[in-house]
Amino acid sequence: MNAVVQQEDKSVRPQPVDAAREFVTPQVNIVENPDGYVLEAELPGVNKEGLEISQEDNVLTIVGRRQPGPAASLLYRESRTGDFRRVFELDPSIDSAKIAARIEQGILTLSLPKAEKVKPRKIAVS
Amino acid sequence: MTLTRWQRPELWGLSPVRRVATLRDDLDNLFNLAFGRLGESPADTDRGDQLLEGWFPAVDMYEDKDTLLVKAELPGMRKENIDISLHDGFLTLSGERKQEQKHEATGTYRAERWLGRFHRSISLPCQVEADKIKATYTDGVLTVTLPKAEEAKPKQIPITVK
Repeated sequence: MNAVVQQEDKSVRPQPVDAAREFVTPQVNIVENPDGYVLEAELPGVNKEGLEISQEDNVLTIVGRRQPGPAASLLYRESRTGDFRRVFELDPSIDSAKIAARIEQGILTLSLPKAEKVKPRKIAVS
Repeated sequence: MTLTRWQRPELWGLSPVRRVATLRDDLDNLFNLAFGRLGESPADTDRGDQLLEGWFPAVDMYEDKDTLLVKAELPGMRKENIDISLHDGFLTLSGERKQEQKHEATGTYRAERWLGRFHRSISLPCQVEADKIKATYTDGVLTVTLPKAEEAKPKQIPITVK
């Protein structure tokens, strides 16, 4: 574990990016709500078919493949070429079986619900 | 006919600030690699660029015989919030991305996405037929198709032998 991650008390932590810059790192927002976490990632040009979300142990990987560009000749380019990729470490409180994803106009929304057992609950006194 | 100075495609259209920012981004990545500060992603440095210049969506331009094609990366917009206009050979894209429903968040861990207004003006390399411009918005990418004006299309000139 590197120093930066140790400093941050984050439950959904971005993981190191690949050494070679063949992937584009998408920008993300991560918020917590009482039921879990919501992660939004910007993946312009990626549709449902180009999206690959995988999870192994507590590591979640998002890969977004873009459609090939138009056949016309390129006059200039500001967008970065290459596919999107970003890796996150998931907090153990997240119920990985219930992770849900949807993509709409280039925004991937991942809901990462907390397991029932870690949610705060009231214990009735009988 | 608009004359546009030719530059290396990847630099053309970038503001000087952006060019420096891109360079700085590259250098930061180099340092991160060399000194193992891998926890910091390039997205962290992109955030700094944005603070410098506002939201600056990437725009690409393509051309074929009959049309110009302008693509802009605008993820998470609503169609109603994008404005496209053509004036004096400049195509202007502007709009605003508003905060979507806030899922009664109790904590924010990352806020890298840019909200607010953007404004891009792009010099078109040739005359276009203004009333035949079409725009579509798919997968967070805006595509503007601009048919070239008749006089801007390449013409074959037949040679007659006498």
